[in-house]
Amino acid sequence: MIWVNAILQGILLGGLYALFAAGLSLMFGVMRFVNLAHGDFIIVAAYLTLGVCETLGVNPFLSVLLIVPVMGAAGYGLQRFLFNRVLGQDILPPVLVTFGLSIIIQNVLLDHYGANGKKVTVGALDTASVNIGGDLAIGSLPALTFLAAVTIISLIWFIFYRTSIGRILRATADDAEIVGLMGANNAHTFAIATMLATAVVAIAGGLFAMRTNFDPSAGPIRLLFAFESVIIGGMGSLWGTLAGGIALGIAQTVGGQIDPRFQLLAGHLIFLIILAVRPRGLFSRRMS
Amino acid sequence: MSQALLEIRQLDAFYGDFQALFDIDFQIAPQETVAVIGANGAGKSTLLKSMAGLVSSKGQVLSWNGAERGGWKAYEAVRAGVALVPEGRRLFASLSVEDNLKAGAYRQRKGYWTLERVFEIFPELIPKRNNPGSALSGGQQQMVAIGRALMANPDLMLCDEISLGLAPRIVKDIYLTLPRIREQGTALVIVEQDINQALAVSDRIYCIQEGRVSLTGAPADFSRQQIVDAYFGVRESAA
Amino acid sequence: MTSMAPAILARLQNLSAGRPFWKALIGLLALVALAVGPLYLGRSEMRLLVEIFSYLALAQMWNLLAGYAGIISVGQQAYVGAGGYIFFSLAMLAGVPVLLAIPLAGLIVMVIAIPTGWLAFRLTGAYFAIGSWVIAEVFSIIAGQVTVLGGGSGISLPTSIVKSISASATGREMLLYWIALGLAAASVLLVWALMRSRWGLALTAIRDSEIASETVGVQTYRTRFIVYVLVAGFTAVVAAFIFLQKLRISPEAAFSINDWTAFVIFIVVIGGVGTIEGPFLGVVVFFLLRDTLADLGTWNFIIMGTVAIAVMLIDKRGIWGALRARGMPSVFPTNRVLDMEQE
Repeated sequence: MIWVNAILQGILLGGLYALFAAGLSLMFGVMRFVNLAHGDFIIVAAYLTLGVCETLGVNPFLSVLLIVPVMGAAGYGLQRFLFNRVLGQDILPPVLVTFGLSIIIQNVLLDHYGANGKKVTVGALDTASVNIGGDLAIGSLPALTFLAAVTIISLIWFIFYRTSIGRILRATADDAEIVGLMGANNAHTFAIATMLATAVVAIAGGLFAMRTNFDPSAGPIRLLFAFESVIIGGMGSLWGTLAGGIALGIAQTVGGQIDPRFQLLAGHLIFLIILAVRPRGLFSRRMS
Repeated sequence: MSQALLEIRQLDAFYGDFQALFDIDFQIAPQETVAVIGANGAGKSTLLKSMAGLVSSKGQVLSWNGAERGGWKAYEAVRAGVALVPEGRRLFASLSVEDNLKAGAYRQRKGYWTLERVFEIFPELIPKRNNPGSALSGGQQQMVAIGRALMANPDLMLCDEISLGLAPRIVKDIYLTLPRIREQGTALVIVEQDINQALAVSDRIYCIQEGRVSLTGAPADFSRQQIVDAYFGVRESAA
Repeated sequence: MTSMAPAILARLQNLSAGRPFWKALIGLLALVALAVGPLYLGRSEMRLLVEIFSYLALAQMWNLLAGYAGIISVGQQAYVGAGGYIFFSLAMLAGVPVLLAIPLAGLIVMVIAIPTGWLAFRLTGAYFAIGSWVIAEVFSIIAGQVTVLGGGSGISLPTSIVKSISASATGREMLLYWIALGLAAASVLLVWALMRSRWGLALTAIRDSEIASETVGVQTYRTRFIVYVLVAGFTAVVAAFIFLQKLRISPEAAFSINDWTAFVIFIVVIGGVGTIEGPFLGVVVFFLLRDTLADLGTWNFIIMGTVAIAVMLIDKRGIWGALRARGMPSVFPTNRVLDMEQE
C-alpha cells in the first residue's frame, strides 16, 4: 500500500514538475533558447507571491493571480531587450547571459531576503488531504497543483493550436526565417513566447511556494527538475512534458520511499537511464 | 510613366563578403506582370529576397508607392503589401495545409483573398486541408505556398521559381491560376529558369546574368536569340 | 594620444613577427622569475600565487572546452570534486604516496569521464550544459554518501600524510608552490601544443563548420570526446592538488558550482574565450575584483554576473579578443594563415 501511495504522490508531484518544465520547453520549442535562470525565475515568483501575500494581506491564490501579469510583462521585456540580443548560431552567449542572470538573481534575493527558508502558508490547505478509498489519501494542495498543471497545459495547447498567435508561434518554431513573410516580427514573437513561459513560471513558483520551504539558492535544482522532465518526456511534446514530470515525480517519491536519502538521486538516475537508452524521450514528436 | 509600385535603384546585395547583385535597377507598375529570368545562381532569388526584405537592403534605394523603404524588414514589407512565394516552397512542416494558409493571413490585410477563395482556385487542396504540409505532392505544396502568399492580400506578389521540381503538366495548371490572381489587381514578379512560361505571361522582362541586369524590356522587343545570349552572358558585338 | 596607439601596436607587431626566439626567452625568464619565487616572496604572497596558478589552469581547461572545442559545460565541478575525492581516497584509504596520488587521480577520473561523457554527449548545446550540471549533482550526492570520507560533512587530511610531503612547513609551502606553477605552465603548454597540432586544426575546423569538417573526414564526435576526457583528467589533477593544499574536502566545497564554474567562466569570458592569453588577463581581473570587493559578499557575485552579461553584449571576444581585433599580436599564436606565395 505504501508503494501505491508513493506512486500517487509521485504523480501529483509530477504535476508541479510539469509546470516547472512547461515554460522551459516552450521557449526552447519556439526559439531554441534555453534559459539557465529558469529555476531562479521560479524562486522569484515564490518570493513575489510571499511578498504580495504579506503586504497586501490577500489570499495566496489571489497573490499568484496578481503576479502572473507582472512576471509575464517582465518576461516580455527580458526577451525583447536582453535575450533577443544574444540569439543566434553561437551557443555561448545565451548560456553565459542566462547563467550570469542566475547568479545575479540568487545573490540579489540573498541580499534582500537573507538565507533563511520561507514558505507561503495556506492555512488548513497546508495539511488537508482527501481520502480516496482504502488507506489511500492524497494531499489537497498537491491535488490542486496537479489540476492546475493539467489546466495550464490545456490552456497552452489551446493557445498554440486554436489561436492566430499560437499558429505563428508554431510556425516560428518550424521556420523562423520564413515566418517573417507572414508579417510576423520575430523580436515580438519571441517576446510573446517568453511572456507565456514566464506567466506559467509565475503560477509554478506560486504553487511551489505554498508547499515547500524555499530560499534564494533553491533555483538551480528546480531548473534541473524542469530539464529532466523535458528530456524524459521528449522534446517538442506538450503532453510529453507532463508525462516526463510524472515519471520524474514517481521516481523521486518511490526512491524516497526506499530511503529518504535516495530521493533526489533516484530522479537523476531515471533521467540518466532515459538519456542512455532513449535520448529522444518517451514521447518525442518531431526532430528538434 | 505613372508612379511605380516598387522601384529599386543601384541595388548591391551581399551574402557576407560575397556580392550577389551589382547595381540593379528595377521597377514594376501596379497590376503589371514582370518576369525575371536567368541561369541558376544568377541572382534572381537574391533580387526577390531583397524586395521582400528577407535580404537586407539597408542603405539602398528601394521605394514603395513613392515612399523610401530601403532596408525594410520582411514583416514590414508584408504589412505594406508585398508577399513572397519563396524558392523551395518553405511550408511550415508541422502545420496543416489550412494552418499554413491561415498563417499567411496573420496581419489580416483586407482584400479579395480568403481561405474559401484560395480553395476555390486550388480545389485540389480541399481534401488535404488538415494534412501536414510535408504530406503533399510537390505541386500541391506549391499551391499552398502561393495560397499562403495570397492570404496576405498583397499588392505585389513575388513568385520565386514556382515551377522548380514540378512536372510540366502541373506547372501549366498552376500558371493557369495566375490570370485569376492578376484579375484582382495584384502585380506579379515571376522568377523562372524556364523562360517560356515566364515570357508568355509577362508584360516586361528582366534578364539577370551573374548579378547584373543583362536585358530589360517587353518580350516582343527581343528575338529569341537575343534573350538566350543575355541569359548566358554572350556579349553583343558592337552594334 | 590616440594617434600613438597604432604606432605602438605596429612596433609590437614588428617585435613579435618572426621573432619567436625573443618571445620564448621572455617567457622563460618570466617562468624562472616565478620559479625562484620562494626566495623573495612572503608566505601570503605565495599562497595567493598558488591560488592564481590553480585558477589559471582550470581556466585554460574550460577555455579549451568552450573556446576551442565548442563544448559549453557548466558542470566541470563534477571533475573537480571527483579529482579531490579520488585523491583523498588514494592518499588516505589506499596509502598511495601523495605526489603519485595526484596524477593517478587524474587518470582515474579520465576513465570515469568516458561513460559520463558518452551520456552527456547525447545532448547538445545548452541542453548539454544543463546535463553536465545534473552529472555534477549526481557526483556530489554520491560523494556525500561515502561515510568513510566523512559523508556530508567531509574530512580532513591526516597530519601524517601532510607531513609526508615534506617535514617542514616551509618545505611544504615551497613544494606546493612549485607544483601549482608547474600545473599552470603545463595547462598553457598543453592547450598551446594541442591547438598547434592536427587535433587543433580539426577542432578549429569543427568550430567553423561542423558539416564542412565532416565532409573532409574530420571525426567530430571522436575529436570532441577525446578533448572532453582529457580536460576532465587534467581538471582532476588540478583539483587533487587544490584539495591537498586545502587539507580538507567536503561535498559542498568539492562540487561548488560557484568556486569551480562561475569563477572559472568569469575568468575565461572576461579575459577572452577562445584564446590562450585570455585566461591570463581574466585571472588578473578576477583577483583584483575579489580584492577590492572582499567585504561585499553577494555584491561580488552580482558584479561578476553583470560583467559576464556585459561582455557578451558588448564584445563576446573579451578583453584579449578586443585587443587582438585592434592589432595586438598573439603571445601564443594558434591561428593558421594560408600562405599564398608559392616560391
